[in-house]
Amino acid sequence: MKVPMTEYLYIDLESERWQCRVCAHDLGDARGNYKEGTLVYDRNPEEIHSPHIDPTKYKYTFSPDPGFCRILEYCCPGCGTQIEAEYLPPGHPPTVDMIWDIDSLKERWARFGENAVDVINYGPDENALADLRPRYDEAATAPAAQS
Amino acid sequence: MTTTDSPQIAHTHSHPTPETHLTAEEQEWVNAFMNDTTLFLGPDPEIMREHSIAERTPLETRILANDLDPLVADRIRRRLAGALDEAFEMCESMGAAPGAKWADLSVAVYTASGDVAYMSNRGVIAFSAVLHHPIRHIMKYWKDEPTVGINPGDGFFHNDARFGMVHNTDQSMLVPVMREGEVIAWVGATIHEGENGACEPGGMPSGSETPFDDGLRGSPMKIVERGKLRRDLLTFLQHSTRDPKLMLADIKVKMGAVKRVMDIVDQSIEEFGVETFVGSIRMTVEDVEEEVRRRITEMPDGTVTVNQFVDSTLKENILIKFAAKVTVNGDRLIVDLRGTGPEIINRAINSPLASTKAFLSQAILSYWWPDLPRSTGALSPIEVISDEGTWADCSYDAPTGQNLQASFRAFSALQIAYAKLQFSVTEKYANVLAPWFNQINNFLWGGTTQHSEQVGNLCADLNGMSGGAKPFQDGEDAVAPLFCAMADTGEQEVMEEEVPFLQLVSKRVVRDNQGFGKFRGGMGYEMIVAARNTPNWGFMTVTSGASFSSVAGLFGGYGCPTYPLAMVKGINIFDIVKKDPSQFDLSMERVMNEQPFEGGKYQTYHMGLQFDVAQEGELYMIAQGAGGGYGDVLERDPENVLEDLRLDRISDRVARDIYQVAWDPETFAVDAEETQRMRDAERQARLKRSKPYAEFVKEFVKEEPPADVPYFGSWGQENDEHLYATVWGHNGPERVEGTVDEIPLITVPNRHVVKIGQLEERIRELEERYEEVTQHRT
Repeated sequence: MKVPMTEYLYIDLESERWQCRVCAHDLGDARGNYKEGTLVYDRNPEEIHSPHIDPTKYKYTFSPDPGFCRILEYCCPGCGTQIEAEYLPPGHPPTVDMIWDIDSLKERWARFGENAVDVINYGPDENALADLRPRYDEAATAPAAQS
Repeated sequence: MTTTDSPQIAHTHSHPTPETHLTAEEQEWVNAFMNDTTLFLGPDPEIMREHSIAERTPLETRILANDLDPLVADRIRRRLAGALDEAFEMCESMGAAPGAKWADLSVAVYTASGDVAYMSNRGVIAFSAVLHHPIRHIMKYWKDEPTVGINPGDGFFHNDARFGMVHNTDQSMLVPVMREGEVIAWVGATIHEGENGACEPGGMPSGSETPFDDGLRGSPMKIVERGKLRRDLLTFLQHSTRDPKLMLADIKVKMGAVKRVMDIVDQSIEEFGVETFVGSIRMTVEDVEEEVRRRITEMPDGTVTVNQFVDSTLKENILIKFAAKVTVNGDRLIVDLRGTGPEIINRAINSPLASTKAFLSQAILSYWWPDLPRSTGALSPIEVISDEGTWADCSYDAPTGQNLQASFRAFSALQIAYAKLQFSVTEKYANVLAPWFNQINNFLWGGTTQHSEQVGNLCADLNGMSGGAKPFQDGEDAVAPLFCAMADTGEQEVMEEEVPFLQLVSKRVVRDNQGFGKFRGGMGYEMIVAARNTPNWGFMTVTSGASFSSVAGLFGGYGCPTYPLAMVKGINIFDIVKKDPSQFDLSMERVMNEQPFEGGKYQTYHMGLQFDVAQEGELYMIAQGAGGGYGDVLERDPENVLEDLRLDRISDRVARDIYQVAWDPETFAVDAEETQRMRDAERQARLKRSKPYAEFVKEFVKEEPPADVPYFGSWGQENDEHLYATVWGHNGPERVEGTVDEIPLITVPNRHVVKIGQLEERIRELEERYEEVTQHRT
């Protein structure tokens, strides 16, 4: 069973692997850090948050200072979907943001007895209905997923 | 519970007590002697480091040993809820403080031990996790103290965060409910009053350098005695602040609000009896605690780590870390704050642990489980690990004037963590949400009004924080502050009746001020103010986030931009506009880029401006912040992109380069085919420019923080007890490292002195270059 852990990340309970929800790309051991399975780009924050006021005249311009702040853009190596964008000081080790107890997760869903992608929603709001089913063709992509 | 001695804690400031070998009687003599000769009753660590609900009192134990009818308890609860909401509205309607008028307050009923049982639905929820401290102090130290005591009709005041408060600008009125000489409950009202006599007007000084600069240091004191306001103490409090009228008015407002709740409490006790009332409120606290434990078990076991970086002491740019590891293990939830930077002993950003924890509770009760009664029980079962001496758990001697810089990060840590902890949970009590904006981008002000009164306070625009995006809709613009449900930003025209400045631009959304994403964060608005018709006025700002974005996005979305303070000094905009009304076309972008006003001095500043004297018509400009975006920007519906473009919410650049949308500039119709091609190409470009994680880490990660940035906190997360810091010695700034108790006291030098030093050095360089001989006498 696939458990959606974020918008773009599944944990496949049988294989104990992180998996991209968009393209089924394998992103590594679910007991570890999914970021290890991603591609990363060190983005100059000025390229995303561009100056509103003239940077040749002013020190503070609505743009983060690249000497203070970088944006680490993590994408899926299979489909290029941006999974996470992390704001960090230059040179700071990327944050290992999620480590899950897979045995407990398996036990929980076995006890629950329902298919995770069918029962997880975004919350109580009337608009919060989620379709967290795989975006890929499961039958077609399954053999390639363990690359 | 704050763990200070569990095996998980390597560092502790407590010291073992030497073996005394005293008999019980001898120990009693020692205790009596110590009690009689206590020099000073400061904040008691046993009270201040504890956030769990109290043990049951003997009365509560006796009552709850028998079954309590839950329906009767619910009737009492509902009755109290109605009374509290009514009292809240009384404060809002009658309060003199701007904060009161716009919902920055709360009214609550407490158990005898001080645990919040029920709180007004609107207002500041963080008060539910901090006001048990002063009540515990009163019960421990003043109840049996012959010179103080607790009697029916008494009311206690306090404001000092070191005794338990969100920050020193809030003031409380805590009144005991007594029967047969015993305290059986408390009723309290607390308001963000603003002015408190600090070194700068408005109650939240960004410039404080010692606790004495933070203003009024009100430990819990009896201001109302048997129903009568004590004039001597009132005079002292009025005399200690810039706005004596405000002090008197709002103490009376709080007394009135408490009286209204007290009437309902008395009626409930009369109808249901003391025991049922006491049992009901205690049961509420315990029920909330139990329900929180149950909900923790619904989350998957694991650890979510949130690292945040704050870029300012409010006087100079630094980077200081707020680290949080949030671990769920069965019914335990542990928040580990180790790795957070050390306190800076002469800057205002430090927070007492109790205030930091209050915002953990704020996140839980407003963004995790908003359906729960606002109670001390909500934070009670959560374990907090923290090193005393960090900026989120500061010592008694640290200034805390703008402690929201640290405590709001506690809120963001839990808000961000919960998006990940809750995602796979089937029964959610709140929607998945990207980070809420977490700075009070706002003007504080003070001086002499057009009515010749001395005032100091702030604009209600601090309540204009923007919401984070949801997975199914954009965030809301300037919707509510993270600390206050259903607050308002107020009517500027009403304020202008009372204070001598105008908001020349108010609540106009700033283009591109957006957390980009599949769904974008709410957008912030621009404010331009100028003083008018006053002999003496000034403004200040009290936030960070001019160099490092204050909030990130979620699941691929981007965070907010950074925010400057822009000023044009040396002009009078009112004269300019009078001569040429077309010049009223004001925006920060136009004014700063075009510099249209001759003779004006155009400058930007980070968002920590100490009180700055404003001449008539000088411009001060800021923008409210944006909430974080959700999901990959390439998945944003192109029609939504074009809608933002049509409304001038985003620029062509953002539509084209960030969202990768093509459109017809005449009709604003999406070119679907070209958009698809651009987005496919961008995905390929990502794959091409990005590197495999291991290779990236090898190149990107450095052993230490950048040499030219003063940095405070752990570096990475593998060893969060090992901190880096910058200290200033004989030869300027120097990097040090070690555990929090190994790092020397951090004192940042006066930035003006530093700047003078740099300028003198430059003069020397130039004199050498041009061979000018000048004798510099010192």
